[in-house]
Amino acid sequence: MREINSLVVEEVQAKAKSIRKNIIKMLGLAGSGHTGGSLSSADILASLYFWEMNIKPNNPTWEDRDRFVLSKGHAAPVLYATLAEKGYFKAGKLETLRKLGSPLQGHPDMLKLPGVEASTGSLGQGISWAVGMALAGKLDKRDSRVYSVLGDGEIQEGMVWEALMAGAHYKLDNMLVFLDYNGLQIDGKISDVLSPEPVADKFRAFNWEVICIDGHDITQIMQALEKGRQIKGKPTAVIAETIKGKGCSFMENQANWHGVAPNAEEVEKALAELG
Amino acid sequence: MKKQATRDAYGKALLELGGLHEDIVVLDADLSQSTRTAEFAKVYPDRFFNAGIAEQNMMGMAAGLSTANKTVFASSFAIFAVGRAFEQVRNSLAYANLNVKVCATHSGITVGEDGGSHQSIEDIAIMRSVPNMTVVVPSDGISTKEALFSIYEYKGPVYLRLGRPAVPIIYDEGLEFEIGKGIELRDGPDATLIACGMMVAMAVEAADELAKQGINLSVIDMHTIKPLDEELIIRKAKETGAILTIEEHSIIGGLGGAVCEVVSEHHPIPVIRMGIKDVFGQSGTPNELLQHYNLTTEHIIQKTQDLLKKKA
Repeated sequence: MREINSLVVEEVQAKAKSIRKNIIKMLGLAGSGHTGGSLSSADILASLYFWEMNIKPNNPTWEDRDRFVLSKGHAAPVLYATLAEKGYFKAGKLETLRKLGSPLQGHPDMLKLPGVEASTGSLGQGISWAVGMALAGKLDKRDSRVYSVLGDGEIQEGMVWEALMAGAHYKLDNMLVFLDYNGLQIDGKISDVLSPEPVADKFRAFNWEVICIDGHDITQIMQALEKGRQIKGKPTAVIAETIKGKGCSFMENQANWHGVAPNAEEVEKALAELG
Repeated sequence: MKKQATRDAYGKALLELGGLHEDIVVLDADLSQSTRTAEFAKVYPDRFFNAGIAEQNMMGMAAGLSTANKTVFASSFAIFAVGRAFEQVRNSLAYANLNVKVCATHSGITVGEDGGSHQSIEDIAIMRSVPNMTVVVPSDGISTKEALFSIYEYKGPVYLRLGRPAVPIIYDEGLEFEIGKGIELRDGPDATLIACGMMVAMAVEAADELAKQGINLSVIDMHTIKPLDEELIIRKAKETGAILTIEEHSIIGGLGGAVCEVVSEHHPIPVIRMGIKDVFGQSGTPNELLQHYNLTTEHIIQKTQDLLKKKA
């Protein structure tokens, strides 16, 4: 067991803050993109890339690496900001987000950007990739692990439940999936659009180990990741309660910040708040 | 005449290929007995995963496995592999240009008694419109095996279209098969029959019948619909001046559509498309259905005579 102390937590918190600031900056320059759901996943990605995962940014295709699939691909900015922070590419590239010819496509494109493990964005598909990667890991008897982040609106896709069934059937204990449970989707509250509740019971009924946490508490995220490593014979789902737009007060819990980028004034305000 | 279903040839060839290459992984969606992947599953259970009746997730799993350097063969019936899981094939496999082979059996109307809901007549049109996708439709058991060995060597997504019923063997063992190169089975000046899949054997039979009447036709097995052998089509258009396309698929967007695109751009000549005329299939035996939808040797002869009138 790795020690979870204030030192490592603060280190990841600092990374999450930097990632959030880059999300705001890149979206401001792009003029379009998904702000709210990128901010809600920032603490999860920071914990994965700066504490949990065994990866080599200078060798992104290293065979024994842990893998991460952003199933909620529209949150591409959080992935790009995290990869840049980790050193997969120069942070300057973030300025090209969504521009013609950029490797930073509106949704992640694995053929264009090192470190992107899966081309996602069409919801529901990423978790199936993750299941396939975990199967391959078992087949090759590797110790590596596979991680993924699902959106809460995303689990309305039937395919997600096909993937969950497969993950449990094949006893993929080398796999851990976060549900970024921010409660909002484009058309409003997920409870109004199409409620997936009871979410934890559904994952349990599909034979997944379920851990419920505050998705912005780095200590809780780390503890969940540690616990996930101890679970044998089944995959783990971490239901992470989050706040859409977390870190920028005027964006928090606002569904209309799902697919909108901040203007110059809003960028300034957001960066000031993030500190 | 010796006969073999292309799905049977697929099952056998997959088993053989699996013995040669450790990186081969096979997925199926609860149809492994029918698609014949069960033979591979029996011998290599560690490298076979049943996705259950969940074709969308099967394509996603195939994507994930292929990122770990597996060559994945994913099988189901054509209607489900292409229809149910289209967007997964498009966005997970083709968009990421992954090394996954979608090998679909039970294509076309010769699915037979199961009826129109299970008879895929649009799959060639759909798959060939997707960037990065290669589309192969072998005509008999021998070419199915060679096609399978070829698509293994090719790195990228492929759609392999296979059939349910036994069809005549038209090639000898050791056939040289190259993706994207049509095979000239007969060489005559009067018109060209371009066929794919199970219609190739009938096209040859029709051409041999007409040869007795002094009509000498060229016959091409256009086993690769994409990338299409444009050079061969243009050459035959110039040499013979008329083309009949024959496929067990809708006349919209499949082999016929693809050939028309090429000749209309490069060398416009009369073309007649034989296939399913924009209607759904129905229950019946494969032979009854081929008769009902005018896909027989006799109909090919008739249409060739119509074509020759158009040419004159």
